[in-house]
Amino acid sequence: MPAHVPNAGLSRRDLLKRTGGLAALAAFTAACGGNTGRPSSGGGGGGEKVNLSQWYHQYGETGTQQAAQRYAKAYTDANVAVQWTPGDYDAKLASGLLSSKGPDVFEGHFNIAMVKSNQVVPLDDIMADVKDDFQPGDLATNTLDGKIYGIRMIIDPQVIYYRKSLLDKAGIKPPETIDDLISAAKELTTNKVKGIFVGNDGGNVMGGPALYSSGGEFLTKDNKPGFTDARAAQAFGKLHELYASKSVLLGAPTDWWDPTAINQGLVAMQFIGMWAVPGMQKALGDDIGVIPFPKLDAQAQPAVYSGGWTQFVSAKSPNVDAAKKFVKWLWIDKSEYQEDWSLNYGFHIPPRKSLAAKASKLQSGVAADTVKLTQDHGYTDNPAWTPKMGTAFGDMLTNVIKKGADPAAEIAKAEKTVNAELSRLFG
Amino acid sequence: MSAPTKTPSAADSVTTGERRRPRRRRQKGIAGNTLWFWVFVGPFVLGLLIFSYLPIIWSLVLSFFEAYNTATPSKFVGLRNYIDMLTDHNFLSSLGTFTIFAVFIVPLTFVLSLVLALLVNQVKIARAFFRSVFFLPTACSYVVASLIWRLSIFNGVRFGLANTVLGWFGIDNIAWLSTVSPPWYWLPLVTVRLWLQLGFYMILFIAGLQRISPTLYEAAYVDGAKPGWQVFRYITLPQLRATSVAVLILNLIAAYQAFDEFYNLIGNVNYARPPLVYLYGISLGSIQDLGHGSAGALILAVIIMIVTLLQSRIFGFGKAGD
Repeated sequence: MPAHVPNAGLSRRDLLKRTGGLAALAAFTAACGGNTGRPSSGGGGGGEKVNLSQWYHQYGETGTQQAAQRYAKAYTDANVAVQWTPGDYDAKLASGLLSSKGPDVFEGHFNIAMVKSNQVVPLDDIMADVKDDFQPGDLATNTLDGKIYGIRMIIDPQVIYYRKSLLDKAGIKPPETIDDLISAAKELTTNKVKGIFVGNDGGNVMGGPALYSSGGEFLTKDNKPGFTDARAAQAFGKLHELYASKSVLLGAPTDWWDPTAINQGLVAMQFIGMWAVPGMQKALGDDIGVIPFPKLDAQAQPAVYSGGWTQFVSAKSPNVDAAKKFVKWLWIDKSEYQEDWSLNYGFHIPPRKSLAAKASKLQSGVAADTVKLTQDHGYTDNPAWTPKMGTAFGDMLTNVIKKGADPAAEIAKAEKTVNAELSRLFG
Repeated sequence: MSAPTKTPSAADSVTTGERRRPRRRRQKGIAGNTLWFWVFVGPFVLGLLIFSYLPIIWSLVLSFFEAYNTATPSKFVGLRNYIDMLTDHNFLSSLGTFTIFAVFIVPLTFVLSLVLALLVNQVKIARAFFRSVFFLPTACSYVVASLIWRLSIFNGVRFGLANTVLGWFGIDNIAWLSTVSPPWYWLPLVTVRLWLQLGFYMILFIAGLQRISPTLYEAAYVDGAKPGWQVFRYITLPQLRATSVAVLILNLIAAYQAFDEFYNLIGNVNYARPPLVYLYGISLGSIQDLGHGSAGALILAVIIMIVTLLQSRIFGFGKAGD
């Protein structure tokens, strides 16, 4: 063998001997990304406590994270680790639910795909005794084929709050129809203050309320598209009219769910959830009034989207029973924690009728008005409305609102996607 | 001449013993080299296998399945995902968005980084300072830069930097990122990328410029070529051919991979989302449609490959150094 050719056999064997390090590296890499948020100590068996991981999105109000951790610590039957998620919670949750490395219990929004993909377990057994204490809408939004999959944690009505003083100064009454809203926004606009803030995307968040205020709905009772008639098209067209009126605040540093824009006096009205009431009261005192999303015309009703968050147990959790027990403890048994969560940070309506009835903070002022509007005009999500349908609906709104595209043509495009999705899900 | 005079026997007797040793040492050295080669390269190869090739292969598998909310699907659908993606107007329009972006960003980056390189190269004092100053933004993350652009420079309210400047001239506030007609959002999108990447391409051009032999310029001077445009056009530019082609190709691929600034500046909106933002939305967001997402990603990979091959065919990448 010529001297300049390395002795391949020898060096390879040598290499194998000496590079066990690489194998160690492989093991290390494989171990990476295994942080599920569960506490590292202890196992599942014997008399030892089970480890549970509980995922939250990031709530904007101060004190919420500490509160969540406090509840988890107070639970004695398992070690519960809270994972607080800033940023794109939906994306992180979706990938977390692909494997058993994700959460054991988590908050989210229910839809049929979660059941079809076997991501959540039914909670009928722990809900049986308290079912009647929940609002029918909040049960329906988490129910599929007669089984309840989630426990509503908080109800978040989304409405329009306005500065009373600015409306009084301009001599206008709180808007009652969409046309009123558009003209009020125009009149309230000055060179320093815009009429209304409906999000930096120009108002997609009002697509649902606009649809319901025209008498439509996302899906009909028998799961057909319910957003396709001419009145819905008219309502979406109105959203474009509002956007094009140059009285809408755009490009704010914060988005619609944050009260900074109205608090800083950038706008006279803002579409936002009731969670922001404490923050607005702190900045503006009593200078806040509330209206529902106004009706399209005399034939219709105003609409309030009754959103919120729901607690689920992951079907992929290695400790489903322990997770269910914890969820029952926190969201059914511990009413003082539920009260704390709903009222002491942002304002949310407690989903339990018994708690809502004695929520003194929600019994006066603008919060009480919001609760009343939700009772009269609230609607909840249909679980058959999947994220894919939501995206098609959102694209339709963007094209109509921002680009001024023909609503009927855009509706037809969204309808096609929704129908394809419906036939995939229901055959 | 001295080598043949050595007697073979003497040489042998002296070196037999000694020749072994260096030889063994050499063998050991080579084995050692191989070892160190793998120690240094191994982790990267392993990383490449685990984090690049495996996902690509898995993506190929997923693209033939209906894979909602799962990475281990069971329903084979053949080419349906590909057909869906190629007829999906959103996907096609995302390719359109990319094209517009590339039309802005590629020539602008090319021209501006070349101009910058020429200027910095001519500076006589504080050369290192100027080079570093223009190169520094490259070290900044796209996410951080996007946040600065969105929250302080190009926000739509009166205290945004751009609007404050416009305000001095009595011009109304512009909602830079939310206005679709005229499409102002392109201005922040293009400027943030220019700011971030100009320095990097400038360094490539400076390296190219320094490889040009001064004798060429001297010859041109002797032949009476006017310094300035004439010299630049007939000497500098042709000599920079290899660098130019590399800059163009790198730039185009980088533009195809645009994600961070779009996602962070305007989010997942259908009028300005490049392919990666769209694919992220359908496969990794709450939709979790990994089948269609994978098919789209592979279509995109094929397009990038074809464009790069075509480009190097046209510009003669690789031969360019001749």
